[in-house]
Amino acid sequence: MSDTDILLKIRGLEVEGHSESGWSPIIRGVDLTLRRGEVLGLIGESGAGKSTLGLAAMGFARPGCRITAGSVEFDGIDLVRASEPEKRRLWGTRLTYVAQSAAASFNPAQRLIDQTIAASVREGLRTGADAAADARALYGSLMLPEPATIGRRYPHQVSGGQLQRVMTAMAISPRPNLVVFDEPTTALDVTTQVEVLLAMRKAVREHGAAAIYITHDLAVVAQMADRIKVLRHGAEVEEAPTREMLAAPKEAYTRSLWSVRLLNKPARASEDAVLTVEGVDAAYGTATVLDDVSIRLPRGRTVAIVGESGSGKSTTARVVTGLLPPRTGVVRFNGAVLPPALAARSKDQLRRIQMIYQMADTAMNPRQTVEEIIGRPLTFYHGLRGAALERRVVDLLDQIELPAHFIDRLPSELSGGQKQRICIARALAAEPDVIICDEVTSALDQIVQENILKLLMRLQEEQGLSYLFITHDIATVEAIADEIVVMHKGRVVEQGGKDQVLAPPHPDYTRLLLSSVPEMDPDWLTRISEARGLG
Amino acid sequence: MTQSQPITAAASGPRIRRSRAERLGRALKKAPASAHLGLVIIVAYLTVAILAPVIAPHGEAQVFAQPFAPWSAEHWLGTDQIGRDILSRLIYGARNTIGIALATTFLAFLIGGGLGLAAAIGRGWLDQLLSRAVDVLMAIPSLIFALMLLSIFGASSLNLILIIAVIDSTRVFRLTRSVAVSVAVMDYVEAARLRGEGLGWVMRREILPNILPPLVAEFGLRFCFVFLTIASLSFLGVGIQPPSADWGSMVRETAQLIQFAQYDLKAALTPLIPAAAIALITVGVNYVVDWFLHTASGLRDDV
Repeated sequence: MSDTDILLKIRGLEVEGHSESGWSPIIRGVDLTLRRGEVLGLIGESGAGKSTLGLAAMGFARPGCRITAGSVEFDGIDLVRASEPEKRRLWGTRLTYVAQSAAASFNPAQRLIDQTIAASVREGLRTGADAAADARALYGSLMLPEPATIGRRYPHQVSGGQLQRVMTAMAISPRPNLVVFDEPTTALDVTTQVEVLLAMRKAVREHGAAAIYITHDLAVVAQMADRIKVLRHGAEVEEAPTREMLAAPKEAYTRSLWSVRLLNKPARASEDAVLTVEGVDAAYGTATVLDDVSIRLPRGRTVAIVGESGSGKSTTARVVTGLLPPRTGVVRFNGAVLPPALAARSKDQLRRIQMIYQMADTAMNPRQTVEEIIGRPLTFYHGLRGAALERRVVDLLDQIELPAHFIDRLPSELSGGQKQRICIARALAAEPDVIICDEVTSALDQIVQENILKLLMRLQEEQGLSYLFITHDIATVEAIADEIVVMHKGRVVEQGGKDQVLAPPHPDYTRLLLSSVPEMDPDWLTRISEARGLG
Repeated sequence: MTQSQPITAAASGPRIRRSRAERLGRALKKAPASAHLGLVIIVAYLTVAILAPVIAPHGEAQVFAQPFAPWSAEHWLGTDQIGRDILSRLIYGARNTIGIALATTFLAFLIGGGLGLAAAIGRGWLDQLLSRAVDVLMAIPSLIFALMLLSIFGASSLNLILIIAVIDSTRVFRLTRSVAVSVAVMDYVEAARLRGEGLGWVMRREILPNILPPLVAEFGLRFCFVFLTIASLSFLGVGIQPPSADWGSMVRETAQLIQFAQYDLKAALTPLIPAAAIALITVGVNYVVDWFLHTASGLRDDV
């Protein structure tokens, strides 16, 4: 390997972050070498320092962070010591960045194409007309619909997956030497993720850019990267070529990164239904979102409802909870028909069906302490107060494997996994029969996901709970479900026991959904793109 | 994803329960100097207002022989155009002006805030009805509207409070509704509704604490505007009625003394004193509001 081949060289990099207790290390002495045209995957759990390292590779420390030691050498330029104007000339042209949340990263008041070409035009690399023509060609090669005119839309007029591809076009447009992808597909559902991954891989390969691809999903990074580096607590765990790492990870920690995929609960059948949805049609205004949906939830079992966004999964949950009364059809609980509207249900009926949300952040009032959050259902449904209330809250904290001193914390003082545990405890506090879990693990990284799923399964064993588990993640389904309901465009496409649904032959949609789940195989993406003729 | 580590030191160890008073004491100790100054000003004004009959050297409406008397040992700040002691009227004025302004602002927030929250949660026809009604009220220039209503219903203190509160509550309604709408769609509000909580709980416990900072900032501003509105109305003769003292009309009544500055500087200062009294309480209230906003922004910074 000759020296001119090396594009990026990071040596002994240390980054510190500021918190209330002073400066604490985020990156503890990481080395990284990237050759021209090479794709490096950075993987690790939340808080491992992946994003911080990715940004540091561009010479950037976000507010509240500082680079304290080490060097970042990009094509002979030392980015740690470079002045701000020097770095600004590189950013957006030779060094570009694709952020996790495309929706939050675009300026909502500017047209997509203006934002796509802004950096190239600003630095005088190209004239506006030239850059715009090139951007339209890029939109086409990224398989965006109507590439000639889509750039004239505003960010809110395209879908999340399309926006992520526009952002990729924006990053590729100035023909950069290095693109940093920061979890670009985490917020997308599996069928969209495949398209975006393909588009990004194609863009990087065709234009010979080097890339750093940050993710917590090993199966995704396996499709994109030539080499993978595993980070933990701001330090390197191991680094190896992709195939080598997948075949034989050296460290036990690396293996634990895909452990959620190894969970697989044997499916059990049950005749006694605790909850049934019968022939439900529902609509928002005039738009029909559920069409003749029937679902049966056996007592003490888990039914997973799977499907992509917009398939009616969450609407089904809204019908069951009474937030959206159906137009026709009924929901039965223990054989008796539940009143369709929330206001008409009794306190006891409400208590028996609890809900856990996807975003634990927004599911807890930021101004209430853990005690108030868990304690409210105890007071509301069971009339507990004072010392008895506090005892029960500590008892519930114990059940979700959190120590008693968490009782005084605010949600902002908890990690993502801890927040979700508190939400589980709040649902348990009501002593329900059924818990509706709406994508409860999709915002969490793999290791935390595994722990939450294990906790839910243990609670089911101990308390005979029944779960209606809404998800788009097949790995989660395999881990926890007894039965599966596949939904698409407001209809139930397929339903039955887990083994039966996951085994071929499948209806068309189920096959598309299952084949879209990234596999631990570097050739998976190539294979399915050929199979689907996406090239 | 590199969030900073959750603070682990904050709540480890045995549980410390603090009473409300203790927490207030701790908060006060950490408050900046400006907040202390603001609190001192407010407490001083309140003391003066409550103890007015004890502190004031003369009666509120007691008339002395000499109008426009100069500053002297008998009348520290002189007398006004019909011979009433200005210091005494300043002291009684605190009672009238602050009392009416506070009552008006609180009432405006009670009406506007309550309806704003209800509209944000209820949406639908209730929201439409209230919002359009508020639009209609806001379309009429508020001072002229107040003037009109006061001349219809008569300029008593109670009418003054009710009319200004209703007119001001439209602004509070707009603000409350717009900030509450974004909180009302949060999952925790939905979770409370699914639990079966009533409208009152959702309003007071789930939404109100999360929209308090902008409301408190608005409270500080509104309080000052109400002061000014009352002063303007008094100037137009429909505000606080004589012989009750209020600072707004005192400025007007003694304003002509300014032209005697070349003969008696002290006398010329007289009209500025009630004006300064208004300015000072305004500054004090806003210092305290700023402090509250600062504490509220960082959810918790006591360790």
